[in-house]
Amino acid sequence: MEERTPDKTIKPPTDSKNILQWLKANLFNTWYNALLTLLAVVFLYIAFKGILSWAFTEANWNVIPANLQIFLVGAYPREEIWRVWIVIYTLALLLGLSAGVWGGLTLRLAIVIGGVGGGMGIILAFFPIALSNRFGLLGGVTLLVVAFFLIRGKIGLRPWVLGGWLLSFPWTMIWLHGFAGLPTVLTSSWGGLLLTLILAAVGIVVSFPLGVLLALGRRSTLPVIKWVSTAYIETVRGVPLVTILFMAQIMVPIFLPDFRIDKILRAMLGITLFSAAYMAENVRGGLQAIPTGQYEAAHAVGLNYPLTMLLVVLPQALRSVIPAIVGQFISLFKDTSLVTVIGLLDLLGIAKTVIANPDWLGLQAEVYLFAAIIYFVFSYSMSYISLRIEDALGVQ
Amino acid sequence: MRKFWFSALLFAIAILLMVASLAVGQDSVLDKVKDRGRLVCGVYGGLPGFSFLNQDGKWNGFDVDYCRALAAAIFGDPDKVEFVPLKTPERFPALQTGEIDVLIRNTTWTLTRDTQVGADFAPPTFYDGQGFMLRKELGVISLEELAGASICVTAGSTTELNLADTMRALGVDFKPVVFEEIDTLYHSYEQERCDVVTSDKSQLAARRNVLKNPGDHVILDVTISKEPLGPVTIHGDNKWNDVVSWVVYATFFAEEHGITQSNVSAYKSKNPEIGRFLGETGDMGGKLGLSKDWARQVIAAVGNYGEIFERNLTPIGLPRGVNKPWTQGGLLYSMPFR
Repeated sequence: MEERTPDKTIKPPTDSKNILQWLKANLFNTWYNALLTLLAVVFLYIAFKGILSWAFTEANWNVIPANLQIFLVGAYPREEIWRVWIVIYTLALLLGLSAGVWGGLTLRLAIVIGGVGGGMGIILAFFPIALSNRFGLLGGVTLLVVAFFLIRGKIGLRPWVLGGWLLSFPWTMIWLHGFAGLPTVLTSSWGGLLLTLILAAVGIVVSFPLGVLLALGRRSTLPVIKWVSTAYIETVRGVPLVTILFMAQIMVPIFLPDFRIDKILRAMLGITLFSAAYMAENVRGGLQAIPTGQYEAAHAVGLNYPLTMLLVVLPQALRSVIPAIVGQFISLFKDTSLVTVIGLLDLLGIAKTVIANPDWLGLQAEVYLFAAIIYFVFSYSMSYISLRIEDALGVQ
Repeated sequence: MRKFWFSALLFAIAILLMVASLAVGQDSVLDKVKDRGRLVCGVYGGLPGFSFLNQDGKWNGFDVDYCRALAAAIFGDPDKVEFVPLKTPERFPALQTGEIDVLIRNTTWTLTRDTQVGADFAPPTFYDGQGFMLRKELGVISLEELAGASICVTAGSTTELNLADTMRALGVDFKPVVFEEIDTLYHSYEQERCDVVTSDKSQLAARRNVLKNPGDHVILDVTISKEPLGPVTIHGDNKWNDVVSWVVYATFFAEEHGITQSNVSAYKSKNPEIGRFLGETGDMGGKLGLSKDWARQVIAAVGNYGEIFERNLTPIGLPRGVNKPWTQGGLLYSMPFR
């Protein structure tokens, strides 16, 4: 009897092709595709030739490393920057702990954020800046990984980690602003990417629950709640964000003299209240997709309204509108750049003040391109995370 | 019940508003600044030479130095300033609502602003005016030769209005090319999308310096508008406006008499006016509500007018022009310290 040896097994045929075959199959399979390919190559060459030759010969990229600090934290005093690192480390630690106790989706999230952070950390390590700042991001990623392995699988600690997240916002604010013996850093000197991220994070975290409540309110059977929610959503959606920011900046102080609300707080309020209205409509879309049978089933097993919503309706509704919600978050992140029109120095505002520095006059192309790349990295990361979430939840 | 709570809420808000409006004190801004322990200064936040964030995250510029001078006069410490960058539409509301104490942001002193928008002006620290820049090869030396030329200008500004008025008066036809952003304006001029660019002369000079070949461009001698730029305080607070005005005069006075940042601490003079200026005799500071040596503090912090100018505006290519002491034929004239 003939014995089969492993090396005689026939591998399944693969459809791998070498580059030439791939080119032929995909780009030159018919005469018109070949023509289109050639046209596209010519077009790309024309479009990118100028940009590439500019980027490598004409552009003066020194402006980026020289101003890196103010791009990242604005006028935040150099000697107090360690406080920003404390905040980053706290968040890295919490993320690592969450990935450990929850695993699954949270772990994937942590991997994406850790990956982006690590990538930026490696780039940062080559910048000519203070040593502690150079390796700070890599330190944060290390902390994330260590925290993950230390606490992995200890499900009992979940409430504590959740509590940690709830406290992380006030914790961030008191470190950044200063308390007790620490010198106060006024919010007028917060800027750059730090300010952009704070505005976006607050906007996202606060507008989401607010939006859910408004969506539920709009579908409520109680007329007062229903009309108030509807009126709020329609009013806000009928006004551009810039108008709301100007209102917050110019009208609020006129209505409330001697009652100085921090300028950044006003911007946060404007962005959050604006975003909540759009969030509400996204969530409402999800709620409408839930068949009445689900409500009736929940009633049949004796659930009251809050439990019906929390356990039956919302999980299904939110799942189906994840792309819309993430799209909203991404546009909120980019909309934070509108705060430059009220004089806040977020990432875009810093870009504008950098090109006003006599040392770097006329370098707007380099500076704006750098800002665009940062916005892209963050927006694309959010988009990628949303895809991972959809995968994990089995959304088709 | 729901209705009751709603009315209760409205009532509470009404009470709060009334209390807030009653609490508006009659204090001068000077007292508020002293209580707070720092000056809140509204600046442009992105204007070459006047105010920008340098790479160490510190504010720099001509306007910024005047904020620091004011803080030095009040507290003896030029660092007790909070800088608030402001955009054009919010600068006057910010001043009226007390969000900032003083506005030092390239603001032109005009009759309407002085009377209608709740602003009082201190002496101008910089006399600017609208001018024209064009390529030398055009060989143009006067506005009349610009018939048919395309002129780059920023949208909705007084610059655009001045241009239209002047050209109409001269009967010269031109093609305006309008831009929203200053950076795009000069970029387009460099790309030859227009023949001429018009703006305040200070800006033209600063921008000419960073064009590829600055020598290829000329700024015409003609000036079509007056732009006296200076600090602004809230209307009706004379005590505070006095302080801001005399800090400006102090920088003029020091230049007139050759008192500089480096020699002010050891400066000796038999001139009684300089004695009063430095706080050795008389009580000029007390009359303003400041310390006796306030002017000495100002000069020690930022130097005299010439030093402030040379530190911030000379590097961006601005000539002193009329911004010279009156003794040298300029417009800067300090009122007497007595």
